[in-house]
Amino acid sequence: MATVRFTQNIQRHVACPTREVKGSNLREVLDDYFRENEKARGYVLDEQGKIRQHMVVFIDGDMVRDRDRLSDRVEPGSVIDVIQSLAGG
Amino acid sequence: MSNRCYIATRKGLFTVDRGNSKWSISNAAFVGDNVTLVMHDPRNGDLLASLNHGHFGIKMHRSRDEGKTWAESTVPQYPPMPEGYEPKMVPFFNKPLEWSLKLVWGLAPGGADEPGVVWCGTMPGGLFKSEDNGDSWELVRSLWDDPTRDSWGPNGAEWPGIHSICVDPRDSRHVSIGVSTAGVWITRDSGKTWKITGGGMRSEYAPPEQQGDPLGQDVHCLVQCAGNPEMFWIQHHNGIFKSTDGAATWSEITDVKPSVFGFPVAVHPKDPNTAWFVPAFKDEKRCPTDGRVVVNRTSDGGKTFETLRKGLPQKYAYDLVYRHGLDIDETGKSLAFGSTTGSVWISDDSGDSWQTVASNLPPVYAVRFAKA
Repeated sequence: MATVRFTQNIQRHVACPTREVKGSNLREVLDDYFRENEKARGYVLDEQGKIRQHMVVFIDGDMVRDRDRLSDRVEPGSVIDVIQSLAGG
Repeated sequence: MSNRCYIATRKGLFTVDRGNSKWSISNAAFVGDNVTLVMHDPRNGDLLASLNHGHFGIKMHRSRDEGKTWAESTVPQYPPMPEGYEPKMVPFFNKPLEWSLKLVWGLAPGGADEPGVVWCGTMPGGLFKSEDNGDSWELVRSLWDDPTRDSWGPNGAEWPGIHSICVDPRDSRHVSIGVSTAGVWITRDSGKTWKITGGGMRSEYAPPEQQGDPLGQDVHCLVQCAGNPEMFWIQHHNGIFKSTDGAATWSEITDVKPSVFGFPVAVHPKDPNTAWFVPAFKDEKRCPTDGRVVVNRTSDGGKTFETLRKGLPQKYAYDLVYRHGLDIDETGKSLAFGSTTGSVWISDDSGDSWQTVASNLPPVYAVRFAKA
């Protein structure tokens, strides 16, 4: 199981509690998370399933490389952080 | 007569109500959030507001109690990109064409005889239709799949966008849309088929041989007269155009002081020859000429214009009014407009004089009357 944590900033729009979910890559992990929280999917991914331009995701502290297909590997016990990147004003 | 106006801004949605002697702000919603557009549906009173959360994408919210409470509703979504689809590169930017929602740029209720129908224009160029008041949306594939769509031009943003949607009051299946930058498109069968129009328009930003190409016309705003639907007005990137034959052909209005440049246009609901514009110093400066905010009104189909300034700042004012920043009520008496520097003015005498409603709002993106 991997642990998924979300930025505090998203919580005022949609509650995204930290949860443990299954999956061996980022796509599987996020799909598992969003399966029970479908509204949150559109806040993190666009309708083509890509990470939104100004969102960043880290797996065990490393920034995710494959932002389109979400193929980055996730290990059992990994910690995934979903954060908004610094932008805007 | 309308007694309420909604102001969508970079940092919230504001309600402005008519009082005994003046208009004033009565409510603020979504404070801090980027509200890019608002629509009032006169058929059922629904309000739709589009928000751009930046990091978290574009969202739609709906109110069914005149803006007292809001709930997130369904946002239009582009369908999955076909397997193996290779998007063309956007002219100018050398970036692939987008296939996901970037901005809700146009919202219009369908006709009175088709309850539930709402049209939504977007960047990067998709038109969506709802038949259930926005509970669900479907991309109008006939237009999205048009072979010319790959060559639609961008505008100030990096993607083409549909901003103006005119539903013909005689026939709700007849819809005309304005695209920046791809001219004017018309369907007569509720979106099953489309034809581009635009003969007579001219784009002075193109090479001379291409200036008459209907696809190259940067329509800033398209409006249709409800009382005489054959009459359309366009505020175009390089001028003012009108059509008296249902948008089939266009004639240019020139020699308008202080400028033919601007973004919005409003047409009188009954009198097709009366229209209002908010001119700006064209094109490279985009602020009021000589620091004076004015509204231009023609009452004779564009032969002459009156420059209206009573109640508007006439010194060191640099307010720009975006394409959705001007609206007219159903009587043609009340007009409202809001600016990039957070000012809002309302007139109850067809523009002869203006009341300052606000001077310190966030940048205004859209002004919409609640119409009966």
